[in-house]
Amino acid sequence: MRNLITAAGAAALLLTAVPAKAWEPTKPVEIVVAAGAGGASDQMARMIQAAIQKHNLMKQPMVVSLKGGASGAEALIYMKSSQGDPNKVLIAYSLIYMLPLSAKIPFNWRELTPVSVIAMDQFVLWDNASGPKTVKDFIAAAKASSVPFKMGGTGSKREDNVLTVFMEKKTGAKFAYLPYKSGGEAATQLVGKHTESNVNNPSENLEVWRAGQVNALCVFDSERIDYKTKVTATQSWNDVPTCKEEGLDVQYLMLRAMFLPGKVTPEQTAFYVDLFKKVSQTPEYKEYMEKQALKPVWFEGKDMVEFLEQDDKLNTQLMTEAGFVAK
Amino acid sequence: MEAFGLLLHGFGVLLTGKTLLLMMVGLVLGIFVGVLPGLGGPNGVAILLPLTFTMDPTSAIVMLSCIYWGALFGGAITSILFNIPGEAWSVATTFDGYPMAQQGQAAQALTAAFTSSFIGSLCAVLLITFLAPMISSFALRFGPPEFFAVYLLTFCSFVGLGREAKHKTIISMALGLLLTGIGMDTISGQLRMTFGSTDLLRGINFLVAVIGLFGISEILLTMEERLALRGHAASISMRVVLGVWKDLPKYWVTLVRSSFIGCWLGITPGGAIAASFMGYNLAKRFSKDPDSFGKGRIEGVFAPETAAHASGTAALLPMLALGIPGSGTAAILLGGLMVWGLNPGPLLFVEHKDFVWGLIASMYLGNIVGLVLVLSTVPIFASILRVPFAAIAPMIVVSCAIGAYAIQNAMFDIWLMLLFGVVGYVFKKIGIPLAPFTLALVLGSRAEDAFRQSMIGSGGSMGVFWSNGLVGSITTLAIALLFWPLIDKAFGNVRRLWNPAVT
Repeated sequence: MRNLITAAGAAALLLTAVPAKAWEPTKPVEIVVAAGAGGASDQMARMIQAAIQKHNLMKQPMVVSLKGGASGAEALIYMKSSQGDPNKVLIAYSLIYMLPLSAKIPFNWRELTPVSVIAMDQFVLWDNASGPKTVKDFIAAAKASSVPFKMGGTGSKREDNVLTVFMEKKTGAKFAYLPYKSGGEAATQLVGKHTESNVNNPSENLEVWRAGQVNALCVFDSERIDYKTKVTATQSWNDVPTCKEEGLDVQYLMLRAMFLPGKVTPEQTAFYVDLFKKVSQTPEYKEYMEKQALKPVWFEGKDMVEFLEQDDKLNTQLMTEAGFVAK
Repeated sequence: MEAFGLLLHGFGVLLTGKTLLLMMVGLVLGIFVGVLPGLGGPNGVAILLPLTFTMDPTSAIVMLSCIYWGALFGGAITSILFNIPGEAWSVATTFDGYPMAQQGQAAQALTAAFTSSFIGSLCAVLLITFLAPMISSFALRFGPPEFFAVYLLTFCSFVGLGREAKHKTIISMALGLLLTGIGMDTISGQLRMTFGSTDLLRGINFLVAVIGLFGISEILLTMEERLALRGHAASISMRVVLGVWKDLPKYWVTLVRSSFIGCWLGITPGGAIAASFMGYNLAKRFSKDPDSFGKGRIEGVFAPETAAHASGTAALLPMLALGIPGSGTAAILLGGLMVWGLNPGPLLFVEHKDFVWGLIASMYLGNIVGLVLVLSTVPIFASILRVPFAAIAPMIVVSCAIGAYAIQNAMFDIWLMLLFGVVGYVFKKIGIPLAPFTLALVLGSRAEDAFRQSMIGSGGSMGVFWSNGLVGSITTLAIALLFWPLIDKAFGNVRRLWNPAVT
């Protein structure tokens, strides 16, 4: 509770500290989601919207605009063609690197204006509650199976698919990768035993995990998730081992970052950097990060560009190794 | 009887003056967006969603779902009076509803539509109330092969039971399927048939196509024939309402069958569109006088409306219990739930009892209030039609354009809508049915994804469509329906051989 008050106080202080002459949006701000309704990006956008509204961080209203068509390419093209418009902000994830490679979408994130990286999202290996309870048993069962285990995931030649390819490479087990339209669908299909496993983000499987319908086998990060509050009856996020601990040396984290269209002024960018900084200090944001098991990070300005360049290199390398780059 | 207690609790949550007022406001707004051609449910709900952000979740969802009910009722008004379906699932309503209006029976058709919507929704709500926990686990049995089998069933029933020439139905469906291939392919992650255009990336939105195919082409036809809108005026008197209600028991088989189809397809997410067409086709198939369908038969209004609304309502169950939105509107409602911090999933029923049962209670109340409201206000909404065509045609074109634009905020969609208007006009002239085309546009890519996911899962064996009792029976039924005319004939012959006296 004290944290909550301090955070609210800090937010209020920051709010009053804004100089009167700084740029501010004059129209409702559109927060562009490159995924379907109910996906991780959508949920995050709604949380940001609620936090901004509740703490009165911006005079203009913020509306969430879902542009998940063409696996999210719709949102990228929309942002690209909105050059100079400071009333649109994209909530981006690794598709900004992958989509141009796999589907030759005419898009390059360098054409947009980076605002800030606000979180890193985890990937977890899940199987049905009636399946093996540890990674070793799971891999052994996958290897022993006469038909390949079915692995559900979001989209084709994207994060989930890349992770599956690397799991195959490290273990020698074969998986049949089933691309679904959303992580929610992949979760439901796993619960219905139509697939043996998936590599959903924590937020996508949270509800079915709490309902005891799936097992969280391991997290694809170099260290365990920090959050120690019990999420299910017996486990917290921190109780989920890393895949490396379990002998499956695959790591991947996905950025969650905000971008403005290209050719906006530095004052406009500064407004949004400040806005999201304030959002990241609200109790809503902190609660959301913990609930969805997101890793809180913050990059802005030069640091962010540096981070993006490195992250881009890493993703390109993974995509190339997985053989997903279109010729 | 636990459900009953919870439901009473739900009514308790609802029965406050404020909630009832919100309900009325929602319904009126809903009917209004439903009546404006080209707006319809999803757009209406999407546009009005921000209105509810400041309310508490229960009030907000009550208002939103009432907007939804209102839009459904309103959609029937345009289908019957204008021959412009507000939503894809109102398409089947136009088959007989519009001819009835042409014959001066608009009031009967509207009463029939509203009454059967009410009956359909009521059946589905009753089902939701008492089967909620069981059904959500049944829905989990649907994997890719089951989904594909349901889509196949819909396609096959169209060809096998449809009224139009089979080859024309297949041509129309094939063209629709071809168009769904445009855009990003989920399975391979590649772009198809976009020819480097960034506007085609998104694919063809079926609402854009529907607005053009039905709305714009109708205007073109009207202009060609005479400059008078072929919409029909209607005022509903108590006498007409009672007359239609008195005849209701005669159609109980149709009503029960359509409610059943609707609930089934709503829960096993086949969708309201498939339900309305199947309801219509089956009513026609089992009728003693199938030729009178399409010429203004009241059963032809009862059947699809009951099925569509039963399905539209039943589709809320997988949305709440699993987070799978069954329709465009349900997807927007789902978005709304998230705004208020409610995560749909099996636990929603446990953790947010107030909300879930408040919503279910609002389905009962909203439908009753809605029925009374539409029956009494149709003359006002229908008076839009007394305005001369020269004045109203541009308004319809403009609202179609706004509707098409609003779906994805894309200017390109307006051009696409106009193009589909011309396509619809040509199709109508050469007698190619539009409904299979629309159906293919809506279900095509989902059917393709489900088929290819099944194939990846089974390693390419078609046996997967008979791999368990559920999928096997749906697939077999689909194939039987496809060849229904032949089977029907063969049975007829056998019967004649067996007992020549019958014929």
